[in-house]
Amino acid sequence: MKNNENHNYKIYLVAFAIFAFLITLLDLKYIGDDYVRRVLNLAAIYTIVSVSMNLVNGFTGLFSLGQAGFMAIGAYTVAILTVPIDKRAAIFYVIPQNTFLAGIELPFVVALLLGGLLAALVAILIGIPVLRLKSDYLAIATLGFSEIIRIVFTNAKTITNGALGIKSIPKMPTMWVFFGIMILSVTFIILLINSSYGRAFKAIREDDIAAEAMGINLFKHKVMSFAIGAFFAGIGGGLLATLLGTVDPKQFYFVATYNFLLIIVLGGMGSISGTVIASFIVTIGLEVLRFFDDPLTLFGYNIPIFRAGFRMVIFSALLMVLVLFFRNGIMGQKELSWGFIKNIFSKKNLHKKAKKGGTA
Amino acid sequence: MTFEIFMQQLANGISIGSLYALIAIGYTMVYGILRLINFAHGDIFMMAAYFMVFSMVNFGLPWYVSMILVVIATILLGVLIEKAAYKPLRSAPRMSIMISAIGVSFLLENLATYLFTGVPKGFPDIPILTKAISFGNVSLSVVTVVTPVITIVLLYVVLFITNKTKIGMAMRAAAKDFETARLMGININRVISTTFVIGSGLAAIGAVLWGSKYPSVYPLVGVMPGLKCFIAAVLGGIGNTTGAVIGGFILGMAEIMLVSFLPSLTGYRDAIAFIILIIVLLVKPTGLLGEKVTDKV
Repeated sequence: MKNNENHNYKIYLVAFAIFAFLITLLDLKYIGDDYVRRVLNLAAIYTIVSVSMNLVNGFTGLFSLGQAGFMAIGAYTVAILTVPIDKRAAIFYVIPQNTFLAGIELPFVVALLLGGLLAALVAILIGIPVLRLKSDYLAIATLGFSEIIRIVFTNAKTITNGALGIKSIPKMPTMWVFFGIMILSVTFIILLINSSYGRAFKAIREDDIAAEAMGINLFKHKVMSFAIGAFFAGIGGGLLATLLGTVDPKQFYFVATYNFLLIIVLGGMGSISGTVIASFIVTIGLEVLRFFDDPLTLFGYNIPIFRAGFRMVIFSALLMVLVLFFRNGIMGQKELSWGFIKNIFSKKNLHKKAKKGGTA
Repeated sequence: MTFEIFMQQLANGISIGSLYALIAIGYTMVYGILRLINFAHGDIFMMAAYFMVFSMVNFGLPWYVSMILVVIATILLGVLIEKAAYKPLRSAPRMSIMISAIGVSFLLENLATYLFTGVPKGFPDIPILTKAISFGNVSLSVVTVVTPVITIVLLYVVLFITNKTKIGMAMRAAAKDFETARLMGININRVISTTFVIGSGLAAIGAVLWGSKYPSVYPLVGVMPGLKCFIAAVLGGIGNTTGAVIGGFILGMAEIMLVSFLPSLTGYRDAIAFIILIIVLLVKPTGLLGEKVTDKV
């Protein structure tokens, strides 16, 4: 067993080296174009947010739908603090910016961390009252908070410029900003769920009453999971702000949370590797399938179902199919590992052998 | 603020409140039996509004014929959703059923965007409802006056069904204890279908009244009313029909009064409902008329 784990280690290192090589090639513009880079960066951001959502929903069993709100906090923190001071007046042209904030410009990393911490702080404040609630009440309360955050951002015009949003957020020159932070956050969450805290989270997911009887402080662990989830959602939001270069409240409508829900259901509630895979599948899929939105003409015949909006219909139908027929998603609660892949193949082989035996 | 304006706002508050109440009944009944937030309810409401637009504008049917067709179509849609998305998950974990509900809501919104485009459509004018009538110096549209009356009448119909009929008794039994009711030989699927029939029918009527008040229909039109009506149901005590109506009235009044007394906070109108929700969940999670439920271990 120990040997096997070591073996895994090497495989991971090789996989990581190939991955790093590819990203470096992309980053140095040897392969791919701006569009590809942008989609991959978006996938990295989606991975961060989905993995954080899976920590809360899949590992701790709290059905939280507040991700869009926490992303908004991170995105706005980065937007407000990193826009160069000389460009502020052009952005806040209707109502001038709050004089205190107008004089502050911070480096990106500081603003990003601040955004994450602010999201976590808000999560703690929200969590203290709300986490006493059970499943569907928790869902609707977190969804409500996410909407309240968005409504506040729409109305606090001296800070956020209201519905107009904030433009000219400095962009990042390299993909490693996005992928580096993705690797750091995914690694952190993997380490977390394999620690004693992670075991406590899983215990709470399986049966909170039994977990409490075993001496786990339910409240502390729930708030912790919720706050860490919010922290990474905030980081994801901050990265989204710098990727797009603009933020406005409409981006963080709670429906945005549904995309992340689709990702964690597809990847498997309670599987980090599944979530990472699903994030890339969904983000890239959403782009690749754009042709569904364009009119399609085959052999001179115009196929009428292909028009704007068809892509999203397919995606929402996919979510329904997943929930109804493949509730475990790609990975269920398992993680991708060398042993896991070997297992799949050996199972198939066994199956084949059994079949052969049957016919002979 | 003059007396006239106050009366006008009061009437508006009651009218909006009763619209919320109509839709909230659907939420509360489904939740009472299935313990499920039917996230798709707001979107069923949206589809009903679209059905009305099509039947009156595209097929040129008179409003009373359209009304009947819309109610029937909406009921069919509601029952279809129940059969396709909730029935296969009866024994699944709670989270799967909720994701399924969200999925249906997401699907309906995207389907509406695809089929009817995202551009808002005008709701057809129903002269009998949009005519203005005046009481002294207060001028109101017929729909504002009629909505509360319709709501109260329909509330009594629903109360009659749940309290006096056989299927109503089965519904109450299922709401009390799903498994035992099933063991007692109650056809649970029929009970759930009936619940969806009533809820969707009320949502259809609500959609027509809503459309006469705010004549613009777009794919996300049902989202906010849907969430607010759920909150109204929670406020009144989820599972309790009368409570849902009271909750709807309170919510409608609170919103209109905020806007009219503190106009500077108009932008926060949609936040009121969520703030009320969170306060209710913290102070009295069972709502105003809800029964105390003890968790079985």
